[in-house]
Amino acid sequence: MNKHSDLKAARIVGGVHSDQRHDSAHKHVAGTAVYIDDMPEPAGTLHAGLGLSTVAHGILKSVDLSSVRAAPGVVDVLTYEDVPGENDISPSGMHDDPVLAEGKVQFHGQPIFCVIAETREQARRAARLAKIEYEELDPIVHIWGLDPEKDKQVTTPLTLKRGDAAAAIAASPRRVKGSMKLGGQDHFYLEGQVALAVPGEDDEILVYSSTQGPSETQHMVAHALGVPSHAVTIEVRRMGGGFGGKETQANQCAAIAAIAAKKFKRAVKIRLDRDEDMTATGKRHDFVIDYEVGFDEEGHILGVDYMFALNAGFSADLSGPVGDRALFHCDNAYFYPAVHAKSAPLYTNTVSNTAFRGFGGPQGMVGCERVIEEVAFAVGKDPLEIRKLNFYDAMGVAGERNVTPYHQKVEDCIIQRIVAELEESADYAGRRRAIAEFNAKNRFIKRGIALTPVKFGISFTKTESNQAGALVHVYSDGSVHMNHGGTEMGQGLHLKVAQVVAEEFQIDLDRVKITATTTAKVPNTSPTAASSGADLNGMAAQNAARQIRKRLTDFAADRYQIPADQVVFLPNRVRVGNQEISFNDLVKQAYIARVQLSAAGHYKTPKIHWDRAKGRGHAFYYYAYGAACSEVSVDTLTGEYVVERTDILHDVGRSLNRAIDIGQVEGGFVQGMGWLTTEELVWDEKGRLRTHAPSTYKIPLASDRPKVFNVALTDWSEAYEPTIHRSKAVGEPPLPLGISVLQALSDAVASVADHKVCPRLDAPATPERVLMAIERLRAETADK
Amino acid sequence: MSSAPIRNEIRFLLNGREVTVRDVAPDATLLDWLRLDRSMRGTKEGCAEGDCGACTVLVGKLTAGGLVYESVNACIRFLGSLDGCHVVTIEHVQPVGGDLHPVQKAMIDFHGSQCGFCTPGFVMSLYGLWMKDANPSDATIEKALQGNLCRCTGYEAIMRAARAISDYGKGASDPLAVERAAVIEKLTKLRDGARVEVGSGKARLVVPADVDDFAAVLEAEPKATIVAGSTDVGLWVTKHMRDISPVVFIGHLEGLRRISEKDGVITIGAGVTYTEAFDLLSQRIPALGELINRIGGEQVRNMGTIGGNIANGSPIGDTPPPFIALGATLTLRKGAERRTIPLEEFFIAYGKQDRQPGEFVEAVHVPVPAKDSRFAVYKISKRRDEDITAALGAFHLTLAADGTVAQIRIAYGGMAATPKRAAAVEAVLTGKPWTEVTVEAALEAYAQDFTPLTDMRASAEYRMLAARNLLRRFFAETQGGSEPIQVSRHQAA
Repeated sequence: MNKHSDLKAARIVGGVHSDQRHDSAHKHVAGTAVYIDDMPEPAGTLHAGLGLSTVAHGILKSVDLSSVRAAPGVVDVLTYEDVPGENDISPSGMHDDPVLAEGKVQFHGQPIFCVIAETREQARRAARLAKIEYEELDPIVHIWGLDPEKDKQVTTPLTLKRGDAAAAIAASPRRVKGSMKLGGQDHFYLEGQVALAVPGEDDEILVYSSTQGPSETQHMVAHALGVPSHAVTIEVRRMGGGFGGKETQANQCAAIAAIAAKKFKRAVKIRLDRDEDMTATGKRHDFVIDYEVGFDEEGHILGVDYMFALNAGFSADLSGPVGDRALFHCDNAYFYPAVHAKSAPLYTNTVSNTAFRGFGGPQGMVGCERVIEEVAFAVGKDPLEIRKLNFYDAMGVAGERNVTPYHQKVEDCIIQRIVAELEESADYAGRRRAIAEFNAKNRFIKRGIALTPVKFGISFTKTESNQAGALVHVYSDGSVHMNHGGTEMGQGLHLKVAQVVAEEFQIDLDRVKITATTTAKVPNTSPTAASSGADLNGMAAQNAARQIRKRLTDFAADRYQIPADQVVFLPNRVRVGNQEISFNDLVKQAYIARVQLSAAGHYKTPKIHWDRAKGRGHAFYYYAYGAACSEVSVDTLTGEYVVERTDILHDVGRSLNRAIDIGQVEGGFVQGMGWLTTEELVWDEKGRLRTHAPSTYKIPLASDRPKVFNVALTDWSEAYEPTIHRSKAVGEPPLPLGISVLQALSDAVASVADHKVCPRLDAPATPERVLMAIERLRAETADK
Repeated sequence: MSSAPIRNEIRFLLNGREVTVRDVAPDATLLDWLRLDRSMRGTKEGCAEGDCGACTVLVGKLTAGGLVYESVNACIRFLGSLDGCHVVTIEHVQPVGGDLHPVQKAMIDFHGSQCGFCTPGFVMSLYGLWMKDANPSDATIEKALQGNLCRCTGYEAIMRAARAISDYGKGASDPLAVERAAVIEKLTKLRDGARVEVGSGKARLVVPADVDDFAAVLEAEPKATIVAGSTDVGLWVTKHMRDISPVVFIGHLEGLRRISEKDGVITIGAGVTYTEAFDLLSQRIPALGELINRIGGEQVRNMGTIGGNIANGSPIGDTPPPFIALGATLTLRKGAERRTIPLEEFFIAYGKQDRQPGEFVEAVHVPVPAKDSRFAVYKISKRRDEDITAALGAFHLTLAADGTVAQIRIAYGGMAATPKRAAAVEAVLTGKPWTEVTVEAALEAYAQDFTPLTDMRASAEYRMLAARNLLRRFFAETQGGSEPIQVSRHQAA
């Protein structure tokens, strides 16, 4: 359908800084948006089912698959011996992530074999018939109890230091030392891991994979098949949620489907059942955070020492960089005069933990906010006072308090203004007083409130990932085909990038076609992660569009014999000297004149560098900021609670699309709140995950969101650096706004001991943990 | 033997057309049939256990009150149970040749979708709600969405959309409104009074013609799996891949779907769903209404039956403890024989109930508490809604004129291998003045009654502490006063 664009419009429809609905919204609500399992299968498609380890740690003594092979519909069973290339999909290059287990198993649920059958049902049923003998070894199930200095680590830890933290702490008037347990989180993307591999001629293969990192998946599939990357094409139109869980974790399904497809010369699909997905794929890392802080009587932090021990699981995966990002955010929005922080990515016999929205950053910030609480309780002040005392210097202030633990200068700090505005709009002081009155009068229900800030560093710390590519075609009718390396998982990335392209050409958004991400169009892309999608791909697409626009400008100037500066792109038309020509007509003329109307764009983030060995660098291009104020009511008899109200003020720079950004902020907050409240991963002593389905693993419902939920964006802010239209990244930064709920619960708990004792409420703060903290505080104060 | 005619195929309406399925396995799910056999892929699989709602469809059935549509989870709904029903999927929401439905328009305009995978399920749940209540309160919307998980939006945008649906007009072209008379006519025609028998051996299913026919079928095949709402048996198939043949579907049996009150006793037929029981129970015993709203999500309440909740004997079923506290009795039937026992005697041990081969639960009889008694039930779970109980306590107290405890019945779920009375606690309390001192003194006795387990839902320590505190809560609530004792999401109506 060739809609007629308005040639007199003052503005295009759907440019940047405009609220646009998600490009697939119509298809979402009609049920016509196609996810991989919805695609019509090629004739003869086979289905794969995984055989998972039933022990957490053991030697494979014998693997008898005869009953599996004999089961109805089974075509064959694959083991590690069927992997034609390397039996490894380790994203870290550590060679520690087998496609299928070889010789030993290292966690309960590790894939050992793969059944290929005519139907998925047959494959799943057959997988249960294997007779596997293990020589069981003692599993390491939890990281508590491990020594972060001595016990086995999966990769090299990081140390950040500035100043002499030990001396500063020793010299401080006040000191507190403590420890915190912080749980992990399952991604619970609604669409589980899935891949459909279609064999081509020679060594070629096309894999439809629900992956956030098509290039990485391409390389892993090539690696496992033993073919060059050019033989492998990965395509993904959309995912049903990712959240980091499909950054590396999609590779296993893609590799298995590809191996089987090549072996049987038939299309092969694998889609994990929810329980298998939760059992066999990695999650957010759980942490044990040890801290010691020195401070003065006012509550100024003078020195701090952290140990961030994280549960890597059985392999490195992304645990090194996740631990790094925890350290990068152990300052949250606060200046530490002296700091020493160390990570310890510990080996356990559990699934290998991975990227999850925030990538360790939220864990770093939770630890930091615990320290703030400790200081507040020690000096007898509201934690918000301590926060404000310790903020980095505001942007433009010529002070000394602006250097991070990794020696980067914070130049764009706007947290003071955000917190001040939120304090006012949420009436923090008034409600704090009302809560004190309420708590004095009520025996059973106690209320609590907390206002917590967020400062989140934007850039991949792996420098080479900070690049992106795009491919833009303008067809001779003036319609535009847009492609880039980013992937769509619901965050509206394709829409934002399309808005950027529409803006460059000054054409209505509906003239820009969004297309599936494929490694055949844009190569060597970075995973859509680290909140970078719009920043990187928007810039790359802008670059491509600008190349074409330049050619159109030069063509028009030449054709109409006017200076190039008299060629102006107006909405859906181009002013060429004294006349206006529709964009479509100009394009047509350019095509006839044999002008190239296709361009590949590229972008690399400037300024950033990072020396991991030295712990120094300009790790982040800029920071995104935000703050949340949450109030809770807690039942002191059972530990049950409700979130009464949350107010959020969040910074996305100059928003490309406020509707999309507000959705990211609301969704990120609720996901962060879920992580810290009801989402509890429980492993038993044998290393079996007991919460492997939504019946036992509880993500928030509509009825868990705050009763009053006010979300606003900082309309006044714009990125300090020349980002895409001065917008800022929005994927991850809102998630740690959920820390306000944990801290509000802690505040309510503290009221049972008259705010004299830091509750040290660990997370997730389930009703059980809340009640046990209340009981502990009551017992402690009763003793005194 | 029953004289019902026998039919060897399942017949129902799928969106706009009638379908007949001859080759249907007893464990075939509606979701797999839609996606694999019919290539209708708008309905998604998110969990395959009835907890996420991505597979939500509407099922219309003729009831005493006319044609009623309810949201259900297609992932655990067996195809064989749909005989004579109208199945409505996301593909049928959009008016033919028309614009989007008001529910869909609102979801788009208020940015209610992000990744979109859960969205068809949300649309179906909201559609089901909209048909019943075009201007729902927030509490009503949240209740209708308890069975739908969204991981992207944080729900706020979906709530905004849900509140706005009626602003998009009355949906005059709403397909189910337009077709209503024709659907009723077609469904009426499908009712032929036949017993349906499909398959043999390991792939056999029976849909009895009526309750007497069911009794006959079960006597003949005492090892058959009885499936009412399939909210539990569904998982035996999707998660445990158990063979359940032969299956007898009973959810449609009118004779088991009656709920009525006589002489102060409410009799609930074994096939009455939570949703169907809600009106009468919430009116007569309000605490049970509140409890029902915290069992599963809307889809599960539309499918799951109170009879099933009792018959499967789970120690964490939510209805047995309050029923036991109220002194409920249970009627079991085998062939034409019936017997009625106190409900608590039905639960013998973990996984063992007092049900003979060929016998089935026919009805539960729940006495309405006397006006001068106090009754309360409290459920504790990790997440408030759509979660399985960690511990649940039910209390039924009658005081004597002098303020002493004339009678108290206390029962718990989640504290033992079966739903269990706190006999020792009751003994300590009985005859004593109903005071804080008495209550505190009774807490010790919990150790005699219960030795709870630690599992993924709660530790033994928490269960014990919370169980005791529920007695404290009950006591506090009997004392009146304006002080809030529980946290609440919405002000009580």
